[in-house]
Amino acid sequence: MFVKQISVFIENTPGRLAEVTRILAANNIDLVSLSIADTTNFGILRGIVAEPEKTAALLSEHGYTVKLTDVLAVYVPDKPGGLAQILTMLSNERIALEYLYSFVRNANDFALIIFRVDQPQAARTLLTQAGVKLLTQRDIAAL
Amino acid sequence: MEHIIWNPTMECMPREQLRTLQDERLRDVVRRVYENVPFYRNKMQERGITPMDIRGVCDIELLPFTEKQDLRDHYPFGLFAVPQSEIVRIHASSGTTGKPTVVGYTGGDIDRWSELMARSMYCAGIGKADIVQVAYGYGLFTGGLGAHYGAERIGATVVPISGGNTVRQLMLLQDFGATALCCTPSYALNLAEALEAQGVKQTKLKSGIFGAEPWTQAMREKIEAMLGIDAINIYGLSEVMGPGVSVECLCKQGMHIWEDHFLPEIIGDDNRGLPYGERGDLTFTTLTKHGMPLLRYRTHDLCELTAEPCACGRTHVRMSRVMGRTDDMLIIRGVNVFPSQVEHALLQVEGIVPQYQIVIERQGNLDTMEVQVELSPDFMSDTVRDIEALESRIVSAIAAHALVSATVKLCQPGTLPRSEGKAKRVLDKRQM
Repeated sequence: MFVKQISVFIENTPGRLAEVTRILAANNIDLVSLSIADTTNFGILRGIVAEPEKTAALLSEHGYTVKLTDVLAVYVPDKPGGLAQILTMLSNERIALEYLYSFVRNANDFALIIFRVDQPQAARTLLTQAGVKLLTQRDIAAL
Repeated sequence: MEHIIWNPTMECMPREQLRTLQDERLRDVVRRVYENVPFYRNKMQERGITPMDIRGVCDIELLPFTEKQDLRDHYPFGLFAVPQSEIVRIHASSGTTGKPTVVGYTGGDIDRWSELMARSMYCAGIGKADIVQVAYGYGLFTGGLGAHYGAERIGATVVPISGGNTVRQLMLLQDFGATALCCTPSYALNLAEALEAQGVKQTKLKSGIFGAEPWTQAMREKIEAMLGIDAINIYGLSEVMGPGVSVECLCKQGMHIWEDHFLPEIIGDDNRGLPYGERGDLTFTTLTKHGMPLLRYRTHDLCELTAEPCACGRTHVRMSRVMGRTDDMLIIRGVNVFPSQVEHALLQVEGIVPQYQIVIERQGNLDTMEVQVELSPDFMSDTVRDIEALESRIVSAIAAHALVSATVKLCQPGTLPRSEGKAKRVLDKRQM
């Protein structure tokens, strides 16, 4: 019940990110969620798409360095304390969070948030048993 | 203009007499290397010559050349002409790949080097009453200790502060009242600008000896105007001795090569000697070194010589500024760097494609070297931490192999220019 995230290496040269988004646009690929990690030297575009393998292959063909990573897409109650509750659960089990970012759209009373953790299996079991809903790759395609 | 001369007998020796002395010393060094250095004995035997065939400077073209590669091939001590027990000091500079270029000095060599640096100090108008701040690096690099021994020899007060730490340099410069400064010209400019930024209008500096990297007349004028000093150009290389192989006098019309110790030649593309006034590869035979004498060492520095009399009274030939290199060596903040060293360093790092480009720029007054390398798809990560760790492994490898700090830019595979016969590995954007 993981979601595959694509990570694209963006070298620090003007126009690189625009080029990636143009390639996605030309192939009718929607980034349902994205975040950019930037340093002074390079950037990493992380995104969730309906068909990650196909998108990764497409970008590789265009010369981009791409990696697929399992992440958790979590329904987080869209109210004060919603995120705190999930993070507390993870930290109690000593599961470290690498990064997180949210979806552009909401689902009713939930915010959709991507979690990248150091122990994805353990985090999935923990959250599922606690009744937290996770999105599947199929859910993503249907969004 | 008043010229003070440390050793007038030698420095102002009539040229015919100097030639006789060179003839005598050349015969001596040829005999010493033939007897003590198998590399030279073999080379001479291949050419069918013995020391008896060398009557003097007129026979110099019979002797073999020495290349930096020969020093590497005999790493570390293979070219020493005396037993290791006679060596009192080792210096080293960067080699073309991996291993450094090593030189050894006897006590006598250190004494002669100090003498030549003493002459150089006097050339720049520096004497016993001066306070000399030596901001060249101390260590395996010859700059710091070379300047140090020369300044001590003339009886000056030496401040052996070594390189870097600008804040401390400026504090001591003002508190101790240094009257002379030794460092690279780009660092001198850096100090000058830092002083200006602090609002310091005047220091006690009157003279500076700058070298270890190429610089221009425009840079000299800027340093002189900003610091209110005479900025003197000095030249040397560790293989031949270190700083003080040649130096300008206050006329600033080329650097006097200390010809009683070094026999210079200018070698053309056909490996033949060129007359005075023509540009070629500066080549030295060390006449008096005992630890590691070299015959016809090709510096690959392009310059010209002149034997025209100099107003200072010294008779030794003068060399022009170094106008370029005949090989691909780069000088970054005074450190010699070969692209092959960078390549060697990159091969040690997992996670990159062996394609690279070196971009050199001068930002402010300091050279920067950026090494662009392609990230291997296998090492792509979704976390910044992993990629930054890769970057720092590359930076460390370059620092270890090329002894220079570089910044690293990771690029997408396939974006750097590919080799078409000879790849354009270096982009030198410095205006010099």
